[in-house]
Amino acid sequence: MRELSLHILDIAQNSIAASASIIEIYIDENSIQDRLTIRIADNGRGIPQHQLAQVMDPFFTSRKTRGVGLGLALFAQAAKGAEGELLIDSNVGAGTTVTATFRYSHIDRAPLGDLAGTLLGVIMLNPEVEVVYQHTCLERTLRIDTREIKSELGNIAINHPAVMNWLEGFVREGIDDLYGGE
Amino acid sequence: MKSLEELRELRAELEKEISARNSEGKPKIIIGMGTCGIAAGARDILQAVTQELRKRNLDVITTQTGCIGMCEQEPLMDVQLPGQDRITYGKITAKDVERIVVEHLINGNVVAELAVARLEEGGV
Repeated sequence: MRELSLHILDIAQNSIAASASIIEIYIDENSIQDRLTIRIADNGRGIPQHQLAQVMDPFFTSRKTRGVGLGLALFAQAAKGAEGELLIDSNVGAGTTVTATFRYSHIDRAPLGDLAGTLLGVIMLNPEVEVVYQHTCLERTLRIDTREIKSELGNIAINHPAVMNWLEGFVREGIDDLYGGE
Repeated sequence: MKSLEELRELRAELEKEISARNSEGKPKIIIGMGTCGIAAGARDILQAVTQELRKRNLDVITTQTGCIGMCEQEPLMDVQLPGQDRITYGKITAKDVERIVVEHLINGNVVAELAVARLEEGGV
C-alpha cells in the first residue's frame, strides 16, 4: 500500500467484518519526539487469545473461503520498515485495538496520504457505524464524531450525497487546519 | 469554513426534498473493499461513486464486500438494479465509474466490455 491511510481503511474493514458499531481512529503526528502513532480501536467481536499470535501471519485468516489474510501483515511491515512496530490488543466480546508506530522522519515511512478519503469512505459505506476521528499534530487536535453530526441530521442519512458533500469539505478543511492552513 | 450551522440548513433543505427515501427497490452499488481491492484503488472508485451520486442526485445503496477471490480483477464494483442480475465490473478506473453509472445504473444497459461476472438475481 502506498499510503498509511489505505492501511487505516483496510484495518477499519476488519472492524466492519467483526461487526463493530464504533470505530475510533487516532493519529498522533509528533515531529518533536519524531514519532507517528496510528491507532484503530473498535468494539467488534474481538480475536480469541489462541488466534492473536497468528493474525500477523499472512497465511492465517479467520475467513473460511480462502487461506490468506494480508492486511495486518502488510501494516506491520510498513511500521517495522520505519523503526516502528504494530501491536494488537484484543478481547473477545469487547473489541480490538491495532496500534502502529513509526519514526516520523524515517525515509521509508509511507506518507499518511488521503486521510479524508479514508474517513469519508468508511462513513459512506457504513452509515450505521459510529466513527470517531482524532488527529493530533503537536498542539492542534481535530476531533470528528459521527454521533455529533448525526444529532444535527435527524432522519437524514449521514451518507446522503448532499451530506457527504458537506462532510468532505468539513473533514478536508479540518485536516488542512492541522497543518497550519488558513 | 464548513460549519454545523451550514449542516443544519442543509438538513432543513433535505427534509423538504426527502419524504420517502426507503431502501426498498433501490439500485445497489457494491465495492470490493478487501485488502486486494484497497491496494488496487477501491478508495478512488468509492470517491468517484460518491461524486457521481452527488452530481446526479441519485438514491442508491452503496455498500462493500470483502475479497471474493478475484483479486487480479480488482478494483471491482458491482451494480444491481432491482429485480435484475448483479453485474461485476473489473479493473475499473475512476473514469469508468461515470460511464457505468450513466449507462447501467441510470439507463439500464450493462457495460459489457467492463463486465467480468454476472450473478443471477436470487442467486447466492
